[in-house]
Amino acid sequence: MSVSQPAVSSRRKFARETLEAYMYLAPALVILLAFHIAPAFYALYISFFETNLMRRWNFVGLANYVKLFQDTDFIRSLANTGKYVLGTVPTGMALSLFAAWLLNQKIRGLAVFRTALFLPYVTPVVAISIVWMWIYKEDGSGLLNAILALFGAKGQAWLLDPRWAMFALCLMSVWRHLGYNMVIFLAGLQNISTEYYEAAEIDGARGWTMFTKITWPLLSPTTYFVTMVSVIGSFQVFTQAYVLWPSASGGPLGSTKVVVKYLYDVGWGSFKFGYAAAIGYALFAIIFLLTLVQRNLVGSRVHYQ
Amino acid sequence: MIGMRKTVGRGLVYLFLVIGAVAMLLPFYYMLSTSIKGPEELYVADLVWFPKHIVLKNYADAWNADPNFPRYFFNSAFIATVTTLLQLATSALAAYAFASFEFWGKEFVFVILLGTMMIPDQVTLVPNYAIISKLGWTDTYWALIVPWTASVFGIFMMRQFFQTIPRDMWDAAQIDGCGRFGYLWRVMVPLARPIFVTSGLFTFIGGWNSFLWPLIVTNTAKYRTIQVGLSQFNQEFGTVPNLLMAASTMAIVPLVALFFMAQKQFIEGIARTGLKG
Repeated sequence: MSVSQPAVSSRRKFARETLEAYMYLAPALVILLAFHIAPAFYALYISFFETNLMRRWNFVGLANYVKLFQDTDFIRSLANTGKYVLGTVPTGMALSLFAAWLLNQKIRGLAVFRTALFLPYVTPVVAISIVWMWIYKEDGSGLLNAILALFGAKGQAWLLDPRWAMFALCLMSVWRHLGYNMVIFLAGLQNISTEYYEAAEIDGARGWTMFTKITWPLLSPTTYFVTMVSVIGSFQVFTQAYVLWPSASGGPLGSTKVVVKYLYDVGWGSFKFGYAAAIGYALFAIIFLLTLVQRNLVGSRVHYQ
Repeated sequence: MIGMRKTVGRGLVYLFLVIGAVAMLLPFYYMLSTSIKGPEELYVADLVWFPKHIVLKNYADAWNADPNFPRYFFNSAFIATVTTLLQLATSALAAYAFASFEFWGKEFVFVILLGTMMIPDQVTLVPNYAIISKLGWTDTYWALIVPWTASVFGIFMMRQFFQTIPRDMWDAAQIDGCGRFGYLWRVMVPLARPIFVTSGLFTFIGGWNSFLWPLIVTNTAKYRTIQVGLSQFNQEFGTVPNLLMAASTMAIVPLVALFFMAQKQFIEGIARTGLKG
């Protein structure tokens, strides 16, 4: 009796604490369940229908997913998104790492440079995309063409020429995100103990050797994180593409129609919400697979201090 | 020799930084300088780098061209503020439960929540739109605010912080007759102030910048946000660069001002979340 007494009271205490804990969790859990978790399953359900979300709900099974593989517009949008990821992630990483490395030197005016490089990141995408629309203006009044003219180079119709449209989208995105990645890299660089560099200096190591033998391996967790976040983020690009080319065509000859833009056009342009839901799931599957691949291929090689 | 090498190296560092900073700031200069140009300097073949006449009236013209601008600004500020406050509240409560309670299903619930971070917003776009329509929330503040009042990331960040507060503190508080909620409200929350500021800043900026969701759940100017209003303005006045640049400047300035006020928290917040990843 005397032994089981505390056991009963501790079980009662646990039950009371459980009840109390869920009261604290309830507000967040209700919202997350209603607008994030349940909708993820509801999306799967919707994707089995041909529906305008109103009266018409025709069950079509997996037809929407089968259709995806034959839909040249979808495949095109996927290829465009792939180009965008390849066009923004490696250049963006290299430039932001370089900028972080520059700022990590003993320099004056660090705060000023850091602020200048970071500023684009705090601008609302719609507003800044409008500015870039005019930077890319096809005549001499566009900023980019005006700069090229200073160097005697020929201007381009950046937004109207299918050969340049994707480049224009990528350039603006690299510009806008550089500061964010730079701050993360800078924090990563400052985490590397100076002792390593001092030891290497005694051994006669110089700039580039120091970078490849010390900085790069010790920075790999940061690089890995930035890669993951950049790739996932780039796959979801929408607003820039929407503002720069608002029509459903998605840029000259559809050259900048990205997956989310296509999803939006299919859903809110043509009211084919079942198919739009399937596109959302396809995007999810691709991001999920890429995350797994990155984790297994790259993650295992990340060097932790 | 080495001294000279160092000087040259230092010079190169500054050179690259200056070029980089100029390149990054040039679009802002272009925006500001275009926003004060008159028509005679706009519709010419070559870019006028330095406007001769400053036409500040463009700002008033842009503001008056869409009579709903004040409304858009108010909506964005209102939605971002309310979302931020509610998200901080729900996150703090949930994080407190995870950090300080022993309860049934704790691990399970936490893993499920972290799992939802994998789901991109685009997956839930169609179903959430359907849910909002069914609730009759289209074109209301409910639609713009409620779905974003909880954030797994916010819960996670706060839990990480709450866990660093030693348990002795709770024991001491209990002796002083402090209850669970009193402890959260009077001890944990004040200590976590920096986390609240950082997390709140990101939510506010996210709310101010959000576009796709407000675009699909609003139909009338009454509930449109500044981003949606601006994109509409762009489609209507797409050929009038000075008005567009003036309107863009007005949409950008509040955020840039906020950034300058809270620069330290902002940069540290990014650095911290980036490392924890």
